[in-house]
Amino acid sequence: MTTAAMKRRTPTLTVGAILVGLVVLLAVMSFLWTPHDPTRVDAAVRLLGPTGDYLFGTDKFGRDLVSQIMVGARTTLYVGVVAVGVAAVIGTPLGILAAMGPRWLGEFVMRVNDLVLAFPALLLAIMFGAVFGASTLTAMIAIGIATVPSFARIARSGTLQVMSTEYVLAARAAGRSRFAIAHRHVLPNVAGLLIVQSSVSFAIAVLAEAALSFLGFGTRPPTPSWGRMLQESQELLAVQPRLAIVPGIAIAIAVLGFNLLGDGLRDRLDPRLAGRR
Amino acid sequence: MSVLTVHGLNVSAGDAELVRDVSFTIGKGERVGLIGESGSGKSVTASAVMGLLSEELTASGSITLNGKQIVGMPERQLSRLRGRDMSMVFQEPMTALNPAMQVGKQVAEVMSLHRTQPDRRSARAAAVDLLGRVRLPDPQRAAKSYPHQLSGGQRQRVMLAIALANNPSLLICDEPTTALDVTVQAQILDLILANTNDSALLFITHDLAVVATVCERVLVMYNGRIVESGLVRDVFTAPEHRYTRQLLASSDLEATDENGRLRTVSHD
Amino acid sequence: MILGIARRTAIFLVSVLAASIAVFLFMAVLPGDPAQVALGINATPELIARTRAEFGTDRPLTTQYFDWIGGVLTGDFGRSYVTRDLIGPQLADRLGVTLWLVGAAMVIAVVIAVPLGSFAAVRHRKVSGTVISGASQLGVAVPAFLAGILLVQVFAVQWRLLPSGGWTPPNQDFGEFLRGLVLPALALGLVQGAVLTRYVRSAVLDTLREDYLRTARAKGLMPGQALVRHGLRNAAVPVVTVLGLQLTTLLIGAVVVERVFVLPGLGSMLLDAVAARDLLTVQGIVLVLVIAALLVNFLVDLLYTVIDPRLRRS
Repeated sequence: MTTAAMKRRTPTLTVGAILVGLVVLLAVMSFLWTPHDPTRVDAAVRLLGPTGDYLFGTDKFGRDLVSQIMVGARTTLYVGVVAVGVAAVIGTPLGILAAMGPRWLGEFVMRVNDLVLAFPALLLAIMFGAVFGASTLTAMIAIGIATVPSFARIARSGTLQVMSTEYVLAARAAGRSRFAIAHRHVLPNVAGLLIVQSSVSFAIAVLAEAALSFLGFGTRPPTPSWGRMLQESQELLAVQPRLAIVPGIAIAIAVLGFNLLGDGLRDRLDPRLAGRR
Repeated sequence: MSVLTVHGLNVSAGDAELVRDVSFTIGKGERVGLIGESGSGKSVTASAVMGLLSEELTASGSITLNGKQIVGMPERQLSRLRGRDMSMVFQEPMTALNPAMQVGKQVAEVMSLHRTQPDRRSARAAAVDLLGRVRLPDPQRAAKSYPHQLSGGQRQRVMLAIALANNPSLLICDEPTTALDVTVQAQILDLILANTNDSALLFITHDLAVVATVCERVLVMYNGRIVESGLVRDVFTAPEHRYTRQLLASSDLEATDENGRLRTVSHD
Repeated sequence: MILGIARRTAIFLVSVLAASIAVFLFMAVLPGDPAQVALGINATPELIARTRAEFGTDRPLTTQYFDWIGGVLTGDFGRSYVTRDLIGPQLADRLGVTLWLVGAAMVIAVVIAVPLGSFAAVRHRKVSGTVISGASQLGVAVPAFLAGILLVQVFAVQWRLLPSGGWTPPNQDFGEFLRGLVLPALALGLVQGAVLTRYVRSAVLDTLREDYLRTARAKGLMPGQALVRHGLRNAAVPVVTVLGLQLTTLLIGAVVVERVFVLPGLGSMLLDAVAARDLLTVQGIVLVLVIAALLVNFLVDLLYTVIDPRLRRS
């Protein structure tokens, strides 16, 4: 790897971190202060264009766009944390188990994995919505479950790789238990891979939430959500494209941020993969 | 007239100079060894001659093949020389062939590409002949197999068949036997010797015994420069440069220094 | 090789069976009695009992499952609890719409991604390559429905070139059909194309580093020639994997674009059925989608062995 290539790679991580930081900052700030109440309906200020008081203007109910975006950032982060959390908590141990346990168990876990993979995230979320009622939480648990196979796969292949290294073979020869090996050697070594996967899955979850809210299967009113802002903007698109562009850019920033962060981390962790994906 | 003339060749990556002021010639039918440890600039020199330096490397100086200047030659013209007037066998036979293409097609391609065979069919037939010439058992069947179905030695024979297909005036072999078993090594060396009577051969290796078997002349490269050159017999019996002496001493596995340790080349 | 195909076929069939049971059970644990839902809260107990008998939901689960899956095998998905219409024919119609949409989108995606991704890989050190990677990163971050909304805004509202939505069957008026297909297929295809571009780029980059590409150059092939003749086939394996995954997610993922453009696709049918709590219809659609996903995976597996001779052993 030449130094020139090293220098060029750094922006990916930096830009990703800045964009993600921006979303986090908006969400944290929204707890302390928003320009207006994001849920206050006021016919007197309907569909205002950008002004000093309303930086991005107001929507058809007179709600402030900036405030909605800020509080919506919370929803976006919540969504990602729940989905990635569910996927990581279920998928990681399953993957490690599949790699370290008996052969038939590994085979079985991977087959079930493939089966779950046949249920796309959106389909699972709609099914869950149909059964348990549409809400952010059900949608995100569904997306989390749909993401389990990705984590299980990565944890499994990472574990298999670690298990074949000499220091693990030495530890096994020294009579260390499987559990001890998993704890001491496997987890720390697959953690990097899982962090990268988390970042990428986070981006996918944000997109999925936006799509589900757009379809009416995600975040319920009045909780502000970027996806629902987009959906509500649709009827007024011809006259007020601003209403779609503002949340659209917010979603793009979050997704771009998490994708770049994942790419940057991947390159950092494994320089051999630099430039891939 | 010499086939290959390299004069004052420099190759650099940014500020770092990998090859410095290298000059040598190889005549028709002459076999020249290029020895030195890894990182001494042997392979970079070979890539420069083929015009296949990676993008971040730049060459200056002069390399002429049959009087044609290689340095700075446009890619299109270079590609007409490669595989026809000059060809190369690489170190790693396991990865040098396309895994998704039958080896016969890979041999035939170099002939149809340079139109040294009138049509596809004759190129195919010629490919089977070549595979026989490099002594692959059952060349008809071998032509239809994929690389993963062949052993390392067999794959290197296929590479040699590709390299020899158009009777190049210059053949470059970059450590062609390093990755192979000892017994297979000898067979491949025999093949190279038997098939390069008219060609100029540049043979890169760090194995002095191989140089002694194959080559008439030898160039010793150290730290990007050619530090010694001459007939193999002369250089090996009366090395002038300190590095060559160390190289010779360390190649003899029997030799140990006064502390009983194996001699290795020291760096300064 | 034949053994390998037989093994994969067996895995596929078992997976379909397992998936059908999973879908059936998932719907069966649903709170609420379909008969009650269909009739509303004012229905008399006798009427509910009669409706249950009509739906067959008063029988044991195993009987219901075998009855259902047996029907599905002959194309009979049962009658909707809500409209009492046959589900199968409507499902086929809707699937047709979605397949046109997804098929056109995939073609657009591949046509964009293969040349752009390869170009970005070959030029990865140059400005043009970096610009393409950056643009594809941006494209990935745009939700498909937002792309759809923007396309409608520009081509339908501002320029009035193309319809903003609606569906004309191809056998009715092919020209109108194509005009209606352009924008939704673009919305879906551009975004998928951005995703695919990144995978093509990374696959080609990997291939460019392979020794056999250097061999190809040493034979006298120009860089582009070497990539096309020796590189693309080898880069195809990871790209086909992603294509397969995209295809399976798009069959349902297209639903958002179907909503934007008011297309009568499978996704819209699913949403309507969910809204009406028409469970048997939901069950049928989900099964079709899952079988489609499994089928695509199966075909991708088979395609690998065609592309890569090393996988033909087993």
